[in-house]
Amino acid sequence: MAYSEKVLEHYENPRNVGSFDKNDPRVGTGLVGAPACGDVMKLQLKISDAGIIEDAKFKTFGCGSAIASSSLATEWVKGMTIEQAMSLKNTQIVDELNLPPVKIHCSVLAEDAIKAALADYKAKHAAAEPRQPAST
Amino acid sequence: MAIKLPIYMDNHATTRVDPRVVETMLPYFSEIYGNASSRSHSYGWEAEKAVELARDQVAALMGASGKEIVWTSGATESNNLAIKGAAEFYKDRGRHIVTSALEHKAVLDTCKRLEREGFEVTYLPVPKDGVVDVEAVRAAVTDKTVLVSIMLANNEIGTVNPVEAIGAVVKEKGALFHIDAVQGVGKLPFDVNRARADLVSVTAHKMYGPKGVGALYVRRKPRVRLTALLDGGGHERGMRSGTLNVPGIVGFGRAAELAMAELPEESRRVLGLRERLRKGIQARVSDTFVNGSLEHRLPGNLNISFAYVEGEAMLMALKDVAVSSGSACTSASLEPSYVLRALGVEEEMAHTSIRFGLGRFNTEEEVDYVIELVARKVDKLRELSPLYEMVKEGIDLKSIAWAAH
Repeated sequence: MAYSEKVLEHYENPRNVGSFDKNDPRVGTGLVGAPACGDVMKLQLKISDAGIIEDAKFKTFGCGSAIASSSLATEWVKGMTIEQAMSLKNTQIVDELNLPPVKIHCSVLAEDAIKAALADYKAKHAAAEPRQPAST
Repeated sequence: MAIKLPIYMDNHATTRVDPRVVETMLPYFSEIYGNASSRSHSYGWEAEKAVELARDQVAALMGASGKEIVWTSGATESNNLAIKGAAEFYKDRGRHIVTSALEHKAVLDTCKRLEREGFEVTYLPVPKDGVVDVEAVRAAVTDKTVLVSIMLANNEIGTVNPVEAIGAVVKEKGALFHIDAVQGVGKLPFDVNRARADLVSVTAHKMYGPKGVGALYVRRKPRVRLTALLDGGGHERGMRSGTLNVPGIVGFGRAAELAMAELPEESRRVLGLRERLRKGIQARVSDTFVNGSLEHRLPGNLNISFAYVEGEAMLMALKDVAVSSGSACTSASLEPSYVLRALGVEEEMAHTSIRFGLGRFNTEEEVDYVIELVARKVDKLRELSPLYEMVKEGIDLKSIAWAAH
């Protein structure tokens, strides 16, 4: 199985590898996959008060296609709004990286990771939200 | 001496044909090109002579007689012929077969087909060290057992089975004993009589010979019979019809002759290289685990797991080295190595395994280069690994409820 140029490129020069402090209120953390499946992605998004994704970081345990999918995902979401990131589809990753059918699930996991990070961010902010005074 | 990249360390998949073997084969393409069955002219006689010499050479490697060698297209065919051929011929003796869970697919799938045809097969589980337990064989063989098939050495983890002890048990119970000796013959001393073997599969391309030619040893004293798979001209005493692959057979014979002559020295040297590789890696890289017994193992095999780093990513990182992995991601079916699973290796460790197969043409320089490369690449992949990060933070990975999809 020869690796696609783009997959190799993401492996050789991965973008945005690393971690944010998951306790930072601006950060949403998504952890998806399982070691038993051979695929685990941790994807973190730093989101401004205006709902724009300012920065993203990832770490992945998985094959070259999984690493490339998550690296690409962090590249793409920077500058997106939450809504735009929510609508990011795995098929876009498949097309960009020329993933063969047997590797499509890697792109699905990357899409799941983004959604999980956004869900985590929303949950953190929903917990802080109710500003309406309790009715007396 | 400059190292030629990529470095080949996948000798369990196949081996380079020794240049001396190639040289021996060449005249049999354009000069001595007769059909070995052509009885009426010298083209045929010369070809036949070469084939008979090769028969003796391959037999000698196993302590057998040339008369007991049947040429095939390779070990897959030899395994099919041995198991199906014996099961069919001797089916009135019994319809039970015993084999191990670690056998090559050519054995396992053949057994599965026989199951569909009404045979009963016991697939012996194997302990964690990867070595078949003789007592387990004794317990499994009944008076309905027609055949026991156990490999000499495993292609993935390199573990070596005690075939002599197993053979004694099989004979005690009166069943036939088939050994898939593909990975072991030419690398370990092996004798068909000491092993009490009735049928033995071997192939040329695992011992620096050409692909496309193998052999099946079929015992003559006492005589073992088989129902042939291929019908036709009745070649190979009716056991395998088809024009012989003369150049391939000549190559196989020469490869066997070289293997026998060079075995003691070569196995010592290759073992030295393997240990150099293993110790070098384990000194530089933490959290590694060797799969299968280190003691009962082929000299050139190192199957090692690197925790927190996935196998296919490692293969991609080691792009200057030809090796393979037990990770699911490397197989078209996305299933992790059935050998590692059968050993009870945890799934995540199966995903992190790499198989190195050292051989005749590997050098110390290559081993040292690979040690450095492995250490660097594992470090790099661990930087990318969320599992490694969690472990460094003191988190117990087993305590996490993973959200698998």
